Amino acid sequence: MIMLQAWIEIACILAITVVAACAIAPWLAAIFRVGAKDTGDAPTGLLQRCLAAIERPLLQAAGSWPVREMTAGEYGAAILVFHAAGFGLLLGILRLQAVLPWNPAGVPAVPWLIALNTAASFTTNTNWQSYAGETTLSPLSQTLGLTVQNFVSAASGLCVLAVLTRGLVRRTSGTIGNFWQDLVRSTLGLLLPLAILLAAALASQGVVQTFATSREVALIDTTGSPAGSAETTRRILTGPVASQVAIKQLGTNGGGYFNANSAHPFENPTPLTNLLEIAAMLLIPLASCLAFGRWVGDRRQGRALLAAMALLFLPFLLIIVHVETRPNPLLQADELLQSVDQGASTDHEGGSLEGKEVRFGAAASALFAVGTTATSCGAVNAMHDSFSPLGGLVAMWMIQLGEVVFGGVGTGLAGLIAYTLVAVFVAGLMVGRSPEYLGKKIEAREMKMGMIVLLVPPITTLIGTAAACVLRGEAAAAPNPGPHGFSELLYAFSSAANNNGSAFGGLTATSPFWTLSLAAAMLVSRMLTMLPLVAIGGSLAAKRTVAESPGTLPTHTPLFVLLVAGTVILVGALSFVPALALGPLAEALQPLPALIQKGTP
Amino acid sequence: MSQPTPGGILSDSSAIVRAAGDAFVKLDPRRMILSPVMFTIEVGALLISGLALARVAGQPGTEHPAFIAAVAAGLWATVLFANFAEAMAEGRGRAQADALRRTRSDTLAKRLAAPRREAKVEPTPSTQLRAGDHVLIEAGDIVPGDGEVIDGVASVDESAITGESAPVIRESGGDRNTVTGGTRLLSDWLVVRITANPGESFLDKMISMVEGAKRQKTPNEIALDILLAGLTLVFLVVTATLLPFSMQAVAATGRGEPLGLAVLAALFVCLAPTTIGGLLPAIGIAGIDRMVRANVLATSGRAVEAAGDVDVLLLDKTGTITLGNRQAATFLPAAGVSEEDLADAAQLSSLADETPEGRSIVVLAKNRYGIRGREIESLDATFVPFTAQTRMSGVDFDGRQIRKGARDTIIKHVESIGGQVPAEVHRICDTVARAGATPLVVTDGATVLGVVELKDVVKGGIAERFKELRAMGIRTVMITGDNPLTAAAIAAEAGVDDFLAEATPEAKLAMIRRYQQEGHLVAMTGDGTNDAPALAQADVAVAMNSGTQAAKEAGNMVDLDSNPTKLLEIVAVGKQLLMTRGSLTTFSLANDVSKYFAIVPAAFGSIYPQLKALDIMRLHSPTTAVLAAVAFNALVIVGLVPMALKGVQYRPLPAAVLLQRNLLVWGLGGLLLPFPCIKLLDMLLAACGVT
Amino acid sequence: MPDPETPPSAAGWLAMLIAQVRPACTLLATLAIITGIFYPLAMTMAIQQLFPYQASGSLVQDAQGTVRGSALIGQPFRAPQWFHGRPSATGETPCDPTASGGSNLGPTNPALAGLVRERVAALRAENGSFLGPLPIDLVTASGSGLDPHISPAAARLQVTRVAAARGLPQEIVEKMVTDHLEPAMLGIFGRPRVNVFLLNLALGSLPGAAAADRSP
Repeated sequence: MIMLQAWIEIACILAITVVAACAIAPWLAAIFRVGAKDTGDAPTGLLQRCLAAIERPLLQAAGSWPVREMTAGEYGAAILVFHAAGFGLLLGILRLQAVLPWNPAGVPAVPWLIALNTAASFTTNTNWQSYAGETTLSPLSQTLGLTVQNFVSAASGLCVLAVLTRGLVRRTSGTIGNFWQDLVRSTLGLLLPLAILLAAALASQGVVQTFATSREVALIDTTGSPAGSAETTRRILTGPVASQVAIKQLGTNGGGYFNANSAHPFENPTPLTNLLEIAAMLLIPLASCLAFGRWVGDRRQGRALLAAMALLFLPFLLIIVHVETRPNPLLQADELLQSVDQGASTDHEGGSLEGKEVRFGAAASALFAVGTTATSCGAVNAMHDSFSPLGGLVAMWMIQLGEVVFGGVGTGLAGLIAYTLVAVFVAGLMVGRSPEYLGKKIEAREMKMGMIVLLVPPITTLIGTAAACVLRGEAAAAPNPGPHGFSELLYAFSSAANNNGSAFGGLTATSPFWTLSLAAAMLVSRMLTMLPLVAIGGSLAAKRTVAESPGTLPTHTPLFVLLVAGTVILVGALSFVPALALGPLAEALQPLPALIQKGTP
Repeated sequence: MSQPTPGGILSDSSAIVRAAGDAFVKLDPRRMILSPVMFTIEVGALLISGLALARVAGQPGTEHPAFIAAVAAGLWATVLFANFAEAMAEGRGRAQADALRRTRSDTLAKRLAAPRREAKVEPTPSTQLRAGDHVLIEAGDIVPGDGEVIDGVASVDESAITGESAPVIRESGGDRNTVTGGTRLLSDWLVVRITANPGESFLDKMISMVEGAKRQKTPNEIALDILLAGLTLVFLVVTATLLPFSMQAVAATGRGEPLGLAVLAALFVCLAPTTIGGLLPAIGIAGIDRMVRANVLATSGRAVEAAGDVDVLLLDKTGTITLGNRQAATFLPAAGVSEEDLADAAQLSSLADETPEGRSIVVLAKNRYGIRGREIESLDATFVPFTAQTRMSGVDFDGRQIRKGARDTIIKHVESIGGQVPAEVHRICDTVARAGATPLVVTDGATVLGVVELKDVVKGGIAERFKELRAMGIRTVMITGDNPLTAAAIAAEAGVDDFLAEATPEAKLAMIRRYQQEGHLVAMTGDGTNDAPALAQADVAVAMNSGTQAAKEAGNMVDLDSNPTKLLEIVAVGKQLLMTRGSLTTFSLANDVSKYFAIVPAAFGSIYPQLKALDIMRLHSPTTAVLAAVAFNALVIVGLVPMALKGVQYRPLPAAVLLQRNLLVWGLGGLLLPFPCIKLLDMLLAACGVT
Repeated sequence: MPDPETPPSAAGWLAMLIAQVRPACTLLATLAIITGIFYPLAMTMAIQQLFPYQASGSLVQDAQGTVRGSALIGQPFRAPQWFHGRPSATGETPCDPTASGGSNLGPTNPALAGLVRERVAALRAENGSFLGPLPIDLVTASGSGLDPHISPAAARLQVTRVAAARGLPQEIVEKMVTDHLEPAMLGIFGRPRVNVFLLNLALGSLPGAAAADRSP
């Protein structure tokens, strides 16, 4: 009965998300329709005129008006320079926050290592946080520093998707759009309006939005801590939270205002905000698939890619919800804890509740976890480190798939298209044609760039984790013993190298090794996925479009969906099987009695 | 040309012995590096062999020397089996090449000092002839090289190349002016300008290609190589990082041993796409080889691949769609003329007409009305042959002037001698033409006797073949010099998708360009010099061996049989080549799943005994598990050699159906097959006392 | 670079990068001002107007007008006359809003079992009369460390202790628990729960409660 309610809750949240995605898909499709070359059935008219009115003054100021189409090389250069500028701006703000205005608590400059790591993290849409936001950053750093990057890093991801799509749609075109136009359109035309709506909705439920950064309150129970130090007051921290939480969810950024992220009651106070936040992080990745179908003028293509994502998502969802709502076997096996009721009833929540909030319950926390790792969001409403071994495995594996199951805003679908190109390549050969996708021949250049996109994240993850293992002293920083300690290392690099940003939070990653290696992983992965994707877009755009015939491999059928999902598993996920065996799998299968003995106080 | 049965690929023991020897020769790293996948395996094999020797020599280590040696053997076997596959393919190609080469045994050519028959002759070995040299060939001589006839007419026996025993005429000018090296002159003489340097002739290129020596990678192979190299790299990282991972795990648990190099190498060879990486060269060579077996010479592997891609076939009507030429079908007399009289007149006019149409009229009149053929001499008649000026043929005797010709010609002829073509005859002509046949009007003086209907006879079974092609997404376009009406009728009967009537070389070229603009890949056949531009434009251009040198040079394939229907076979070979590549890639990747289940529990068992739960095959011991996986990985290459050489089964089916079928066989098969095989090998190893 | 096959020279790339510097800096600046200053500023002003209570942190005052906390943030309760919330793993002291976070103990970490045992023992000692099974939420730390909620079962098992410590009839305390029960939204979203902070605030404002509150 309780599980039924949990499944209904999950089904409702997903259904609401899908409906919302269907609603914004035409809007998204319109954003990137910049010229006659971009066919497809994107709506025109009023929306286009609004976008033009918004973008014109900004582009004029930047000297990019009238808009000139860019080659793939120029587009890539623009992305590179823009990210470098964003990195510099954020680093500057973090280092100078002590002397900049709006620092009521007088927090000092962020230390160099943390500042570098954070600048890399937020410019790459990762939002790995090696600091506790509420105590390390001034409100100015949070808004002018982080919120800005939350917007533009997500917008850059959408730009990459736009380029790739144009590559498929345009015929023998040397150009693929203008980065500055795409950037402004997606930031101000899509992300900002959505963020305003979501921030208002979240605030109505109790997410704070204020200039005040803290409030002293008189404690009700003043009997003091067991140590005897009686406290009578507490400082409750507040700030402009709703505006940042809205975009961190929508932009699949995930960097919370507070250390506890969306588990914090001020970031995610009620089951309704939980619903909104889950829907928000899935919204644009889902809508992108549908918009993709509109872009290429065949909605079945978009639905097929969405189905491939769902095919990979749903089994993992079933597993994680199942294992998280089950009792923790360690506690269950402990003779001294037989009187603890871990099962759910109408009267109390059950399951693996360490690190989870009562208001959400285990099932919705599991849904949030699989959603945040499937998309490259990385916000958390429960502590993944304390998830059951298989629950942690699911979260980690969703990241290791390469953030293509929904994935990051823009980059997720773009990455899945890179997988699709590989799937099409092999499948195309199997039907006796040199392979093509949506009329574009897949040749050596697409293959080269596609393989870079697919392989840089896993290689970075594995090499980084190996380095952490070799530097034994650093590895000792993992607080949890046994295979779980290894899982923490693996999760950290998986998260950084796939630009997710969530963590097995027990790992203290503030040492020079961790801050610098993770920063490098984030930058390398982000750039070496975005730039090759742009290159693919450019080289596809330059090609002729091959006519469709019954001999053409259909790319919208259930069989093809299966094939794409299979490729993601075979090429992306299987690389991690040995590593996962040493981490969560070994943990899940380990005999419990031995552990319980050790646990006896 | 020899045609060994495909089933007997591995039955020829001498070929196997030779290929086995070649497999070792191919271990040369300079050759191996061409295949990144197999090169890394070879490096691994060297490393592990070194490790095994070091352990035998007393170096300390955790793994048993025998185990290390066994893994090294497995790695070497994998490399050697892959080389063996390539050598087998080359061996078969070499047999083909030898057959081709036999046709160009060294002959002493009569080189001419000047391009005249009378010029001074210097005997020169055929291998020293350069392009531009002129040679004299006389009856009984072997043609010393490919060339163009610049003087003379001769009958040539080309059976060495084509297998066709009937001699063909070769003469200067026109579309029959090329000779191929190795053929033999039966009569008369020719002065020939040699068109290829030694080693550069079409045949030479072909020989080196089937032997694999000069094979260049096709674009498609390059793309696949990138995919495979990428996967190899990631699996290299996967296995290499397991060493620090396992060290960390040992430190964390205080149990077990970090993974040894031999186990890591074993895991790597199992995960890397060795099956497809090892068989890729063999598949490519075998594809060209199959083309040669079909008596088609391709200038590049790229052309063979492109053949799989074409989706528009331009087919010449005559010979491909219809049987040779038009044939008389009915006699349609004008008012007041009996059918028999018409038949008689028509037969008379055709008695000396050696064209197929003329002969068919004689035959029809005989069959239908029992009118016997008569000798022109016995009639004392004068035969009037068809000329470009009159465009009529006929006979004059007894004061009668019987003529037959196309309607327009006859109108002019009749009006010039004061007569008139009756309206009824016009009507008959229109009806005939509308039905797609050709009306031939017969007159006796100024009197129009009637019309002979000449019809094209569509080849049996051709419509079904086009239907199959359509299902595969290939459009067929009929090219004909006929008028649009005639063309449309035949097109409908044969079931082609489109036709080009009154085709000129320019129209053909324009049509190819139009299709390419729309995104199609076009294949065509051609033989004349005026076909050359279209051949050069087409994506797959098959020149008839009987055609001109210009046509052969413009095309990227030559059909030795000069059979226009061959295009259909060429497409099939191309598709089969790509399908074999795709299927074996899928198989190779799908194999990895089972290997994880075999090796991961075995490798980590000492650190985390609980991972034995993943050992779903219940293998005997970690040692046998690893060795069984390595052995399977090597043996599967040998097992698939016949498949690589023969190509996967090809059926003309729509892409969706093909994909489903091949995914089921190669994808699902690749996923499941290794489980029982590895289990079996494991039991075998255990039975042999391996622990 | 219209032809992707021929990439430009190094100098060409450099020129291409330099050409993008001006638009990059200008647009970063304008977008930063719009999304980093205008957006939070405007949202703060609008939300402060629309939802002043929520926007400022859902702060709750007692009868005397003193702000006693946020309805959303848990507080530490140790004395027997208060309902106790979930264990908290925030920094040095439990429920510290300046150090939100969970324990991050792995699911098979023996230390987790050890901690749970200690909590079980403490709960048993405090609530001697309660012999039923202990709900799991009361012996595991929340993710934020600031979870203000416990399950209804976790609240009910404390009723006897609280009533005794306050010298109140059980029924009254029982009823207060029932009054503070928050059901799942629409019966679907979220879990039924009791806000310990609000419940204790109500307890503290009962007539004659002050004396009980002061005595430990």
